[in-house]
Amino acid sequence: MKAAGLTAILSHWRRHPVQLATLILGLSLATALWSGVQAINAEARASYDAAARAIGGDGLPSLHQARGAAIPLDTYVALRRAGWLVTPVVEGTLRMTGGEVRLLGVDLLTAPPPALEGDLAGDVEPIDALGESGRLFAAPEIAARLASPDLPPVVAVEGVAPGLALADIGVAQRVLGEARIDRLLVLPDQPLGRPPLSEIAPDLEERAPDRQGGVARLTDSFHLNLTAFGLLSFVVGLFIVNGAVGLAFEQRRPTFRTLRALGLTARSLVTLLAVELLILSLAAGAIGMGLGGLIAAALLPDVAATLRGLYGATIEGSLTLRPAWWAAGIAIAVLGTAVAASGALWKVARLPALAPAQPRAWALASARTRRLQGAAAALLALAAVVLAVAGSGLVAGFLMLGALLLAAALLLPLWLAACLAGGQRLARGALAEWFWADTRQQLPGLSLALMSLLLALAANIGVGTMVDSFRLTFTGWLDQRLASELYVTARDDDEAARLVPWLEARADAVLPIARTDQRVAGAPAEIYGVADHPTYRDNWPLLAAEPEVWDAVAAGNAVLVNEQLARREGLRPGDPLDLPDGWRTRVGGIYSDYGNPAAQVLIGLDELYDRFPDYRRGDYGVRIAPERAEALRTALVDDFSLSPDQIVDQAALKRLSLDIFERTFAVTAALNVLTLTVAGFAILTSLLTLATLRLPQLAPVWALGLTRRHLAALELTRALVLAALTFSAAVPVGLMLAWVLLSVINVEAFGWSLPMHVFPADWARLALLSLLAAGVAGLWPARRLATRPPADLVKVFAHER
Amino acid sequence: MLLQVRDLIKTFPGDERPVDVLRGVSFDLEAGVTLALTGESGSGKSTLLHLVAGLDEADGGQILFDGADVAAMNDRKRAKLRRRDVGVVFQQFNLVPSLDVAANVALQARLAGRHSPEADARLIERLGLVDHRAKYPEQLSGGQQQRVAIGRALAGRPRLVLADEPTGNLDEETGARVLDLMLELVTDASAALLMVTHSKRLAARLERRLHLAHGRVATRIERRAAE
Repeated sequence: MKAAGLTAILSHWRRHPVQLATLILGLSLATALWSGVQAINAEARASYDAAARAIGGDGLPSLHQARGAAIPLDTYVALRRAGWLVTPVVEGTLRMTGGEVRLLGVDLLTAPPPALEGDLAGDVEPIDALGESGRLFAAPEIAARLASPDLPPVVAVEGVAPGLALADIGVAQRVLGEARIDRLLVLPDQPLGRPPLSEIAPDLEERAPDRQGGVARLTDSFHLNLTAFGLLSFVVGLFIVNGAVGLAFEQRRPTFRTLRALGLTARSLVTLLAVELLILSLAAGAIGMGLGGLIAAALLPDVAATLRGLYGATIEGSLTLRPAWWAAGIAIAVLGTAVAASGALWKVARLPALAPAQPRAWALASARTRRLQGAAAALLALAAVVLAVAGSGLVAGFLMLGALLLAAALLLPLWLAACLAGGQRLARGALAEWFWADTRQQLPGLSLALMSLLLALAANIGVGTMVDSFRLTFTGWLDQRLASELYVTARDDDEAARLVPWLEARADAVLPIARTDQRVAGAPAEIYGVADHPTYRDNWPLLAAEPEVWDAVAAGNAVLVNEQLARREGLRPGDPLDLPDGWRTRVGGIYSDYGNPAAQVLIGLDELYDRFPDYRRGDYGVRIAPERAEALRTALVDDFSLSPDQIVDQAALKRLSLDIFERTFAVTAALNVLTLTVAGFAILTSLLTLATLRLPQLAPVWALGLTRRHLAALELTRALVLAALTFSAAVPVGLMLAWVLLSVINVEAFGWSLPMHVFPADWARLALLSLLAAGVAGLWPARRLATRPPADLVKVFAHER
Repeated sequence: MLLQVRDLIKTFPGDERPVDVLRGVSFDLEAGVTLALTGESGSGKSTLLHLVAGLDEADGGQILFDGADVAAMNDRKRAKLRRRDVGVVFQQFNLVPSLDVAANVALQARLAGRHSPEADARLIERLGLVDHRAKYPEQLSGGQQQRVAIGRALAGRPRLVLADEPTGNLDEETGARVLDLMLELVTDASAALLMVTHSKRLAARLERRLHLAHGRVATRIERRAAE
């Protein structure tokens, strides 16, 4: 019985291959977008994990010489003799064809366990690793690039972080040509009673591991945006699946009734349909995972470049598809189908054997359905408001986003119905009236596809607004923060003493940049001293400030705090603030400080000199007319033999930053296009299906004297009108989405918000794109109608042949 | 006795007050006997047929199929009854549009687990559909579609065939030919037939006739064997 029933149910797809393709493609695309983004994120996270596992990476506190100078060997020996369990690390860069590789030299005998575990210890004799020629250890793809007669033999080892080569410190020092130590890692389980650092090595400062572990946190911002996009795309895909499944069920209503009449129980029917959906979702899920892999592989080099450039995080540019990713992707395809089809299955389970045999889904939706939709939308909007007011945390933010989008989608049919009713009232002539009335009648059939278009357009507008606001704000912020034309770092105090007068004689102004790391409000914070100079007064990106704030800062009566600290502690201008050493001062203003996870305080330069005498010195901002900057740079290099990394050119830095951001936007732009394509596809499939079902409505109009070509043109116009009306609704929804992303999600996730800018020119472009998508989608069914044999239309009038 | 209907009552909710469609209908049907149900529109003919088929539930009375009370059966048992013992022919044919003629004819027999390819082939030949066996319903005329529906109802070798206006969608000549075929096949299968029809002429061709009026049996006519 089951086999016969399943055959009858599945036979539908053989006769409707386009519909089958729609369903599978819809689900595949949804899975592909979701899994592609997940693959990128998983790849990046795996790379961070590998990096964190590697010795020298995150996780251990370390000792540094001020301003990044090398640590003398004597200091290391003194610390070891005093009982400090520290291990030396040297770092350098190997310039190879195909990019740079970071060389990390560690003492293989004293380094903490992870460095010596696994393949590294298993495959190579210690004497080879430590001996005369030594060995370099690198991930296989890096190892291949490192093979060179100038370097020690390279051992390919899985698990070494990408972009990294590991060696014994002696080997690394030989390769780099310098017997220096860059930092000392402080091992766990230090002996009790060891003398304090200030006694043994007063020049060294200890840095907590979280100062180095910021990469993963910073990149979270990027991954969160990608995840949100993936989720949104998946929801759009689910709308397509919901539409396709609903349509397939509705079309087969007579078949279901017949099967029930022939003796198939409702439970058997639902079971068979669930089996059918499971088969389809598994197939679509597998295809989607393949496509997702392709998307990820295509985008990953860009993503890798973005993350490398933005945050210095190294991830592999190639993709490793992990079993968990496959399992999760297939599971989400099956679950997504179950969610999308649950309504349709519920209807079938309750379908009486005597239900009307004709499909009725495309009948005009009852006023009751619309009222229900409106009520559900109102409830969801209310839930969003409650979440906005009372909720906190990232989950609440995302729930609010979901509730708002769903409410908007549910309201769309009401908005469209109202617009079409208005069109009908204004229509002059029988044909125009029929056009508007007939378009209204089609709304229920097209609603789901139009909802998916709404979400895709809203996502485009929302994410586009967020990205462009980010770009605009960030470039503006860069201009403000990087106001000086050159940034120069002196190697030591002697060099600083010679450098400053030399610069002062040639530049418009030399602004010392001095800082100290302290604890503020119970957490690590950076305190910077700023000179009293128009550079800061004119440019610094203040979000809120008291009047004459710069005078107050220069006089030591107030300080500025970054947005992160202000939000965390709930500070506003005028609030008191306790700084180290019992200094109680006042918050004079708050400034934006994008991308920085740490709290920051700006105080007057003199205050810093007085209160924190062990401040880090030697960095200077140099103001000079931009056209003279290059000459000054050259002179600096000639007179002081400054290395390139001691002079930072503001223009080059800005160029680099913007270049990196363009690459980030390339990824989101690609996802934008994909989402819009998926929505266009949803419209196409809905229109194609409707085209077949609508013959009984079109045939009488044709019989009344309209040509098939004319009818086809009207059909195309209808698709364009509906797309335009949907776009009109997508603009406010998209702006709302952008606002939530910028002002709620971003704040919850990273502690800073971004001002929202609107870009009407982008909307115009998107409006044209959506019309194009709807036009292309409407063209095929319209062409089919225009070329349909009259016999098909005549058939509508006669049961008999 | 194959079918015993006793004091059957069925009420549907109406706009103002409930509508009593069947108000105590009783009749018997022996195995192998053909019975026509006639009556005006709204007299309850189709409702009676649906109740007997187990497609709907009565509000009162009894339907005993081979002594078992259909009204007391749960959905699963009623489905089994339809699958194995009853064949239904609908006015609208209700073929599965995505199955070809051969698969449509075999459908109920396969659901009932009584499928025999040889028997199906013979049946399709008798239905005159050999040249159309690979066609889909939309490629057939109304008469051909109804022949497929009759074949589907009989391929499972049911004991009772229920036909709801089987010729209602066909012209007179085609309708007569379809009825001839159905009677011939029902007789050969030794099945009983309960047919709803408006046509007195068609009803007269069956052995017995039951005329319903206002939800009650108004007339019972039995054609003598000699006739």
